[in-house]
Amino acid sequence: MDLSRSVSDIHVGIGEYKIALSPYRLVTLGLGSCVGVSLWDPITKIGGLLHIMLPNSREFTKVVKPEKYADLGIPLIIKDLVRQGAGQSRLIAKLVGGAQMFTGADKKQLFNIGERNIEMSRKILKEITIRIAAEEVGGNKGRTMYLNTATGEVLIRTIGKDIKVI
Amino acid sequence: MKDKSFSELQIDALQEISNIGLGHAATSLAEMLDRKIDMGVPHADFVSLEKVIELIGGYEELVSCVSLELDGDINGLVFYIFNESSTYRLVDMLMGLEEGTTVELDEMATSIINEIGNILTGAFVSAISDFTQLRINTSVPIFAFDMLAAIFTTLVVAMGRPDDDSVMSIETNFFREDKQVNGHFFLLAEPESIHRLFSALGIEA
Repeated sequence: MDLSRSVSDIHVGIGEYKIALSPYRLVTLGLGSCVGVSLWDPITKIGGLLHIMLPNSREFTKVVKPEKYADLGIPLIIKDLVRQGAGQSRLIAKLVGGAQMFTGADKKQLFNIGERNIEMSRKILKEITIRIAAEEVGGNKGRTMYLNTATGEVLIRTIGKDIKVI
Repeated sequence: MKDKSFSELQIDALQEISNIGLGHAATSLAEMLDRKIDMGVPHADFVSLEKVIELIGGYEELVSCVSLELDGDINGLVFYIFNESSTYRLVDMLMGLEEGTTVELDEMATSIINEIGNILTGAFVSAISDFTQLRINTSVPIFAFDMLAAIFTTLVVAMGRPDDDSVMSIETNFFREDKQVNGHFFLLAEPESIHRLFSALGIEA
């Protein structure tokens, strides 16, 4: 798969989600502590990509964009996928991101968000009984994530490393 | 924090305070190096995340970032971002190496960048603190060298303010003789802290 920018790439912004049909490719750039959740139905070849910033909306008094939070964003994208023709029980999830970007941070909760984003995403997916087929999470590197809606493959680009496919 | 909620007067005040803060930062740097360091007139503004990414290069642009946490009268984060080439040029400049010598960040170069970021932000914060009589404490610096968007969003999220889509940005240049390095300095603070800053400057928010 060619990684150069192509017309069939759909950009998913920070704290957003997008849904697309094969052969479109969904991409979200530069995940740090944020987590990218891809969901894909192998039969209808409809896929969605969600860029989560925070684990839990309940920690905030005011929620402007539910897509930013794992607890609200994941159910939201799944509902939308189903509305657009995906079979909920067929959906396959992949998780990417949730890194600890900074060195010198004294492991305070403040900089522990990546880990919490991963944990909450797993928990919510489990509650909705969506299978997580693969993960590329944690560590200390930023990641760019592509979902190929034709194949369900997820490509991960990291600075200074080879492209990884999960 | 939306761009439109700040008046021209407030932006002017930020510009002025940036000038003072970064003036002190340049002086500290010059003292450390025992060399003359000049600074371009900084440009201060409140900008959106997209604008920040556009200013510095791109989502995946490799950048270095040194960040300090603030508490006291101002709660937030200050951080310095240099793009890849400026990062290497800064190391060359400070080590007295010929430009183009540094092409990667080894441990030595990393600690230099960390120290510079620490000095610049420390001098900036103490200048603001002296000028406004606000009490501001800084934490130990944290460091990252990676994709711009990954670093920036991590800091925004760490502040626990995911719905703020603009941050105070100060763009500046440092010069040593004929060599120039571009840096972007950012302040991410709670609205109450920004309000307190303006009040201390005699401007009602």
